[in-house]
Amino acid sequence: MTAADFLSIDLPAILVAVLSATSCGLLGNFLVLRRQALIGDAISHVALPGIVAGFLIAGTIATLPLMLGAMAAAVVAAGLIEIIRRAGRLESGAAMGVVFTTMFAIGIVLLEQTGAANAHIDAEHALYGNLESTLWLGVTGWDDALTWDALSQLPRQLITLAGVTIAIAATITAFYKELKVSTFDPGLAASLGLPVKTISTALIIVVALAAVAAFEAVGSILVIAMFICPAATARMLTDSLSRQLWLSVLVATIAGVGGYVLAAFGPQLWGDADSLSAAGMIAVVAGLLQTAAMIAAPRYGILSRAIRRRTGRLDLPA
Amino acid sequence: MSEELYAVLTFQAGYNTSIVLAGVIALGIGGGVIGVFSFLRKRALISDAISHATLPGIAIAFLIGIALGGTGRNLALLMAGAATTGVLGVLCVQWIRDYTRLPEDTAIGTVLSVFFGLGIVLLSHIQALEAAGQAGLNSFLLGSTAALTAGEAQLIGGASLLTILIALLLLKEFGAVAFDEGFAAAQGWRIARLDLAMIGLLLAIVAIGLKTVGLVLIIALVIIPPASARFWTEKLGRLVALSGLFGGLAGWTGGSLSALLPDMPAGAVIVLAAATIFAFSLMFAPRRGVIGWAVRRLKMRLRAASVRGLLAMADGYLPPDGLSYHVIRLRGYIDGDARITESGRRAAAEMRRQDRLWQTYRTRHPDAALAFNPLSGLRIEDVLSADIIAALEGPAR
Amino acid sequence: MSPPRLIPFESRQPRNYAAPSPLSIRGLSVAYDDKPAVWDLDYDAPDRGLIAVIGPNGAGKSTMIKAMLGLVPALAGDVRIFGSKLRQARRRIAYIPQRTSVDWDFPASAEDVVAMGLYGEIGWCRPVRRRHRDAARDYLDRVGMADFAGRQIGQLSGGQQQRVFLARALAQKADLYLMDEPFAGVDAATERAIVNVMRGVRDAGATVLCVHHDLQTVADYFDHALILNVRAIAQGTVKDVLTEDVLQRAYGGRLAETEIRAIARSA
Repeated sequence: MTAADFLSIDLPAILVAVLSATSCGLLGNFLVLRRQALIGDAISHVALPGIVAGFLIAGTIATLPLMLGAMAAAVVAAGLIEIIRRAGRLESGAAMGVVFTTMFAIGIVLLEQTGAANAHIDAEHALYGNLESTLWLGVTGWDDALTWDALSQLPRQLITLAGVTIAIAATITAFYKELKVSTFDPGLAASLGLPVKTISTALIIVVALAAVAAFEAVGSILVIAMFICPAATARMLTDSLSRQLWLSVLVATIAGVGGYVLAAFGPQLWGDADSLSAAGMIAVVAGLLQTAAMIAAPRYGILSRAIRRRTGRLDLPA
Repeated sequence: MSEELYAVLTFQAGYNTSIVLAGVIALGIGGGVIGVFSFLRKRALISDAISHATLPGIAIAFLIGIALGGTGRNLALLMAGAATTGVLGVLCVQWIRDYTRLPEDTAIGTVLSVFFGLGIVLLSHIQALEAAGQAGLNSFLLGSTAALTAGEAQLIGGASLLTILIALLLLKEFGAVAFDEGFAAAQGWRIARLDLAMIGLLLAIVAIGLKTVGLVLIIALVIIPPASARFWTEKLGRLVALSGLFGGLAGWTGGSLSALLPDMPAGAVIVLAAATIFAFSLMFAPRRGVIGWAVRRLKMRLRAASVRGLLAMADGYLPPDGLSYHVIRLRGYIDGDARITESGRRAAAEMRRQDRLWQTYRTRHPDAALAFNPLSGLRIEDVLSADIIAALEGPAR
Repeated sequence: MSPPRLIPFESRQPRNYAAPSPLSIRGLSVAYDDKPAVWDLDYDAPDRGLIAVIGPNGAGKSTMIKAMLGLVPALAGDVRIFGSKLRQARRRIAYIPQRTSVDWDFPASAEDVVAMGLYGEIGWCRPVRRRHRDAARDYLDRVGMADFAGRQIGQLSGGQQQRVFLARALAQKADLYLMDEPFAGVDAATERAIVNVMRGVRDAGATVLCVHHDLQTVADYFDHALILNVRAIAQGTVKDVLTEDVLQRAYGGRLAETEIRAIARSA
């Protein structure tokens, strides 16, 4: 592997993976705590009809209209879920199931009936993403990596994702208190004068933004995995929300780098020349990390609880 | 076009199309019937975990098929693979929910994304093998009826009927578990085992329907029909029947349309048909539908306003708020000059009398009077017998 | 001869307090589906009162508090808190919800929870600083929980959790405290702590409205009572309200005659 190969093929893919994982993973903490883990699932599925609609309206496959379409679809879906849940008095899981499958079906029908399928949009791509196609073309080696010329050719997804990740981290830092109290106790938040409903809606919009930004590069399944696994892993390891946020970033990074490296170079270890799907492998690594945490976490892991039970130290409050 | 559609809908478009359509209808009914139980258990999205968890199983079954020297595209083998990892997925969800601090929705999300991720990794390996069968596997994502042979359709139809039969045999037990876990446990039934049986049937339907509807949309088949049926009835038997009917209807119309338009993925069309039924139910079901509910709520507000207005007038006051003023004014109980009319005087006096009687009734029979409801629109004469009312009019005993 | 003109409804209960009542409710009606939970409730809370809201199960006590806070929609009625609408008065209210409605597994320590009571004072986007944390510890100290500041809330006992929420309400420095069954399932030490805190805030000039279940202790802990059974049955000082007649009307067959007589005598 040459430096040029690494810089132009592997580095951008790794960075995209890590940034997607970080932005989704940070928000996932709040989704998991709010029992809304599956809203990420719903939102990433409805990105497909949004993208198709964006394409049909704008007539191009330029990024901006497609992203706007996906954002709009996510917001519509979240609104519909809420309306159906309240008006139809359905459990939120059922409401979600109704909405996102219907919208996904609309997306597929639109795709097939309007010829959008011929314009490089396809449903499988939407599911798995295409991390490997993120290329940094203007770079030939370490020496010129930091020149203006090379930097200006950084892949567009990478720049978008970096912006989105920074924006999300900044938002969470700025509104940390408000997010925390409205997640823990909406009644108290309201009595403190906080607009609880607006905060929930804003969270969903930011989740949609993160999902859409990551979606293009890594596909909807990895987006779901990143909304849930890093936060769930961190949840097993700590009882402090701020520490949980940091840990989730760490887990997301490890999964992003580890998954990509395994997918790209793993097969060579057993003499297979072809690489595996990086998005899928990142999800698998995130799942393995979560499994390890569920089993071996110091306080809440299954092992340590079993040991405490056996040694007679009760797992009950004092 | 409409003639062709009619021909398909009425099973007159050739043997193969008819068999496929029959298979899809059976699948729709099966999804509707079995979906009711997880819907009532408030675990509708467990099917989402199941369907995504089937992907690695499909890929592994395909690899096994090739290793055994075949094409790897044997539907029964692929279904078995799908069911195996589907089971694993469900067990993982339950394990996470029961043995860690993570809640069920997080468990479902974890399983569906990680298993699916594994499936994608395996698919990318298969693609690299260039075994020439990969196109066959892709149809599992979005489904297709076009690729369905008559034999496969018979397999799908038969298996659907079998799961429906089992579900109906266990109807009473499933209903009790979904409705009242405590009661079911007191009957000596093993809740965990019944739950597992329920999920087993769900898994069967998902595995059966994968090839036709695709794994992303198969969950719609077990969620949308019961959610739609729930708007129309409160009784379990009817719920199951209606849900099955809706599922079958969706399969019938969706299956026919997609048979006619080869570009239309069957799963998507079936789901849209089901969604149409859902939207109609959500709006128009008389008791639980949105319109019925809004009308009832409005009527109740108006009745409450009228009761409050009349009671205030009986004491010589104007109606207390804008709404009650307008209601009273519209009925002609007061004139524009804030004076009570003759009919208003009578109505106010009658409302005062009703209210006094109810209050007396409450005082003397505090338990029975929980039934008291000023919003029901019932008069005390409609509820209590004449001699009780006469007693209320008289002095305390 | 035309009948006399009707007079405005507001004159039914003239309000001429020097200061507006901490809580004044007019014609509050709440219904779930088509069954009223609270019907045409009028109530004026006395200033600096320790008020018990009592009544049988399903009498609408929690519903009343939730409707006042806008947590459930009301059919009709007007609620004023110190003379203003809820929106303007939010910061003057502290609400302690029923213990069952809280996610005890949430990653927050006792100190974190109490500090949440200070969020309104800290303001948007500003971080929780050292002095806020110190203040939170002081409030924990006042309910005897200083030693547990760092504990995750799920690892506290029921009574300790209740005290943490009490400390949080104190941190809000409210003028009106609304408590939904704070005594449910707590130990004797906590019960004493809650009573002391309630008296403390009352003496400091606040008003406490508390949904209460135990009729035996009403007379010991509170000085006013509102007796509710969908409608208001009676309101006033504990002495005036806890009479055999009122209790009979509110509870009827659900309390034995002897019990009613004993409670009435205790007041």
